[in-house]
Amino acid sequence: MMAWLGFERRVALRFLREGRMQTLLIIAGVAAGVAVVTYISALIAGLQANTVAKTLGTQAHLTLRAPDDRVLPALPAQAGAAISEVQPRAQRLRSVANWQLLLPQLQALPGVSAVSPMVSGAGLALRGEATQAIALMGVDLERYRRIIDLESKITSGRLQLAPGEAMVGVELAADLGLRAGDRFTIDTGSATESVRVSALLDLGVKDLNRRSVLVPLRSAQSLLGLPGGATVLELQLADVWQAQDMARQLRQTYPYRVESWQDNNAQLLSALAAQSISTAVIRAVVLAVVVLGIASVLVVSVVQKRREIGILRAMGATRGQIARVFLLQGAMVGALGSLLGLLLAGLLIWAFMHFVRGPDGGPVFVITLSLPTMLQVSLLATLCGVLAAVAPARRAAAMDPAQAIRI
Amino acid sequence: MTNANLLQLSGLRKSYNLGRPNAAEVLHGIDLRIGAGEFVALIGPSGSGKSTLLNILGLLEPATAGSYQLQGTEMAGLPDAALTRRRRQALGFVFQFHHLLPAFTALENVTLPALMAAGRVTAGERARAAELLAAVGLADAMHKRPGELSGGMQQRVAIARALVHDPALVLADEPTGNLDTASSQAVFELLRAIHAERGTAFVLVTHDPRLAARCDRVIELVDGRIAGDAPPPG
Repeated sequence: MMAWLGFERRVALRFLREGRMQTLLIIAGVAAGVAVVTYISALIAGLQANTVAKTLGTQAHLTLRAPDDRVLPALPAQAGAAISEVQPRAQRLRSVANWQLLLPQLQALPGVSAVSPMVSGAGLALRGEATQAIALMGVDLERYRRIIDLESKITSGRLQLAPGEAMVGVELAADLGLRAGDRFTIDTGSATESVRVSALLDLGVKDLNRRSVLVPLRSAQSLLGLPGGATVLELQLADVWQAQDMARQLRQTYPYRVESWQDNNAQLLSALAAQSISTAVIRAVVLAVVVLGIASVLVVSVVQKRREIGILRAMGATRGQIARVFLLQGAMVGALGSLLGLLLAGLLIWAFMHFVRGPDGGPVFVITLSLPTMLQVSLLATLCGVLAAVAPARRAAAMDPAQAIRI
Repeated sequence: MTNANLLQLSGLRKSYNLGRPNAAEVLHGIDLRIGAGEFVALIGPSGSGKSTLLNILGLLEPATAGSYQLQGTEMAGLPDAALTRRRRQALGFVFQFHHLLPAFTALENVTLPALMAAGRVTAGERARAAELLAAVGLADAMHKRPGELSGGMQQRVAIARALVHDPALVLADEPTGNLDTASSQAVFELLRAIHAERGTAFVLVTHDPRLAARCDRVIELVDGRIAGDAPPPG
């Protein structure tokens, strides 16, 4: 196109400027639509990221355990004969075989950012008259910190796990009347150990706060009767959404029970998926309304501009040029509207972050407007504008100049 | 001046609503030759087909039958794109109601054909448009919008626009139709002056017998047929 649509651009701009009120109204409409789409997208993305982050704040992306004990019937299944009932075995605590060798192998896998061994089992915490059931977790603190950010969860005390020390959930501490520095006794049935509280942890989930006790790996090994063992290997990935693929891959390679965080949070994920679908529906409906709005204004404009279209055609404007004048108007309205809409969305997000506060006084969660999102939305709105202009543009191009002038 | 053939019509017919119960033939076989640089008036009562003939000459609508040769090329059956190109190169239009684009200034209206052809207006083209506007007496009104100009001034802008690309033929439909006598006089003088200066051919549709009398050739159309074709009496 010579001088890149110079004629079309000029005429489109003038036409838009001429229909001032119409143009302003439709740009405002597009801006409102774009703002809604952008704000909802950002809000839901923020909400989901926040939910996932909260969920993953206390769990690893992948866990690897010893396979379940299974009863192997002495009588093999044959045609015609069936064993009607097999008593399942009680699962005892078992160590992941060869976990020390496995650790560096897992660590070396691409996409794995951290691996941490853990011994976990049940026990009781005793202090004075009080007894509480606990989930005992023995960890290598240096490795475990890379799976779960304990630093941010400490409410009092210091992040350290020397032999004979334990970190406990805040609810459990309250139940037992513990403060940092106090001692209590862990009893697993097979062994007991007196430990000193090094830190209190708020894990964000009441149930976890009521039951969690973190001790050094060796303490847990001896308390739970698994010397040198590890019941779980926890893995952290660079990309959380790779967890399922990675789990599948690990299942094929190793004879262990591998679970991704998605396997353990199926309900949460289906809720997220449902949310994403409803967001997509809202976006589609709003964009359809935007398209219809632009189209209706341009249809009216084509009728209003009949005479001008006729003169331009008489002067030698081609059908293509006339069509492009209206397509460009659609694009301009879409682009300008999306620009204003993004500003509006930014304002809404700012308002959300400032005025909607969580119980701790901080923002409920962080929502941000990323550059790719903004580009995507403005491109989409511009495309919608062009799309909306297709029918009016065709109509304008098909106009008979002789008839248009006669009006 | 009437040396080379500018256009030639033979057996030209035009019907509207063909194939429908309200079909009507407006032009019943027109044979006409206009030479380069002629100054022709097209007269006739209302409904005689003047405007239709002018539209066909201006390639704004096709004839139903017959032949129309413009500068030696047959126009019948040409696709829209070819007709558009021909309009852009060879024809200029002046309509009764000025038909300027209200959103553009006088100067911008006159440079529109250049903008349309190349996507931009060169300094030379702008200067030429300004010169033309000055020639039609609008040196001071160049940057005004049509809404700020009187009817006569608007018509002069339209004339400048019709001439800016040096067409071989200017078609004018009642160019003085809604102007007062003085303005109408001035506009007509302007057309004659341009004709004398550049040798552009003009076909003027008019109801005004006094204007027709001052053209070089008067073609009278009655009921879709040519009823008279002669220099004006006197």
